[in-house]
Amino acid sequence: MTETALRETPLSQAHDARGARMVAFGGWRMPLQYQGILAEHLHTRAAAGLFDLSHMGRLSITGPQALDLIQRAATNDASRLRVGAAQYSLLCNEAGGVIDDILVYRATAGWRLMVNASNRERVVAHLEALREQHEYQADLDDRTMSTVLLGLQGPDSLAVLQPLVQSDLEALRYYHFVDTELADGLGPASISRSGYTGEDGFEITMDGGDAPALWTRLLADDRVQPVGLGARDTLRLEAGMALYGHELGETITPYEANLGRVVRLDKGPFVGSEALARLAGQAVARLLVGITLERGSVPRQGNLLQVGQKTIGAIASGTFSPTLKHPIATVFVPPAYAAPGTELGVLIRDSAAPARVVSLPFVSHQTKVRPPGDGLPN
Amino acid sequence: MIEPDEIPSDRRYTPEHEWARREGDVVAVGITEYAQHELGDVVYPDLPEVGTHVVAMEEFGALESVKAASDIFAPVTGEVIERNEGLIEHPEWINDSPYDLGWIVRIRMDNPSEFDALLDAAAYRAHLDG
Repeated sequence: MTETALRETPLSQAHDARGARMVAFGGWRMPLQYQGILAEHLHTRAAAGLFDLSHMGRLSITGPQALDLIQRAATNDASRLRVGAAQYSLLCNEAGGVIDDILVYRATAGWRLMVNASNRERVVAHLEALREQHEYQADLDDRTMSTVLLGLQGPDSLAVLQPLVQSDLEALRYYHFVDTELADGLGPASISRSGYTGEDGFEITMDGGDAPALWTRLLADDRVQPVGLGARDTLRLEAGMALYGHELGETITPYEANLGRVVRLDKGPFVGSEALARLAGQAVARLLVGITLERGSVPRQGNLLQVGQKTIGAIASGTFSPTLKHPIATVFVPPAYAAPGTELGVLIRDSAAPARVVSLPFVSHQTKVRPPGDGLPN
Repeated sequence: MIEPDEIPSDRRYTPEHEWARREGDVVAVGITEYAQHELGDVVYPDLPEVGTHVVAMEEFGALESVKAASDIFAPVTGEVIERNEGLIEHPEWINDSPYDLGWIVRIRMDNPSEFDALLDAAAYRAHLDG
């Protein structure tokens, strides 16, 4: 995709005005960083970080058979959701490989999905095809272009956002959301207590035209700094959360990615359920684990993992952990090498850096209430 | 104090954004303000051992930032006689002070005339603007 074809969020000018370094991501022109990845990361863990996440796909599904369509497409059991609750789920192919990882929200008047930017068009086509095939009475509306998604993450998020919201956010539980009105004429918004950092925080969906005013208002608070996609990636990796294209993909099964708990084989047939039922009864060939390294060279996606001279896997995601001050990475390894404490080597620039398997997440979650049966790593 | 957009005239440059400051037959080597900005937060310098023989315009180490690793190229051919050990504890010096505290290695030149072939400050400025 050429530079001119990149989509812009309604906050593009605000990012430029802040001196953000803008990059192409999933077909969008998005901020990679403002003051720097390390500072933004640490600020999010210490106070509150504000993210423009408008590249993420936002779909609305309504109609009498909206739930049937979701149940056919997704691995988790959406029928267990009450109005105002959200659920992590997967879309799989017939072989049980992952097409996308998504959030499913049950609203009063229908259902909402959040999907990855790079998969949005493919997911929409997949859902449309399922609707046609099964003749579901359901309407799919892609609201990505008309709305904005903001993330406000970190321990100060509640104190920052509450004065701007009429609903009681303290009472809003993790993985729940509320459709509400913002104060001072900032407009209507849907506020979800969720995120991708391991911190307490909120994700705010609102009309694109209203978003710049809220963005400016939030940044006027001393506790809030803007955070780009660079720190979003280091935050989610420390929290042990999967990123499509790294820990998830069409050739990776949910069981290999430690996400078997969001595959509900008991809910009835769905795309991939036959293959996943077979896989559920077998030992996995490889398993996603975390590894840590002493301060030194940083493993990157694709670097090979070795035991002695034998290659046993390749890095899925790797970075320097700003919180822990040493490199961390995820990797798929044969189960024999998956136990915490196992010693391995990562080949970086022709030399083997010593690494050790650890439990995920790398940095423990600070979310207030654990989601019941949802897909986040423990 | 060197201003962020200033290119010091007391040293020479490579097209790959390293600087070399001559001290007799030795050059101190670092990366430019432009290079540190492009790299982002440096978190680890992968430096050659003292005694390593390096070749002009070949990579001799790497700087790890949060996002990526970036090769560093030798401005001149010669032997590494000293490296900035302080960078191990303080990799941020490369970002905060690329022309001073953030020097990376000292190289004893095999052929000191090689230094004269490097870009002067005006030529490096033209390279950046080009």
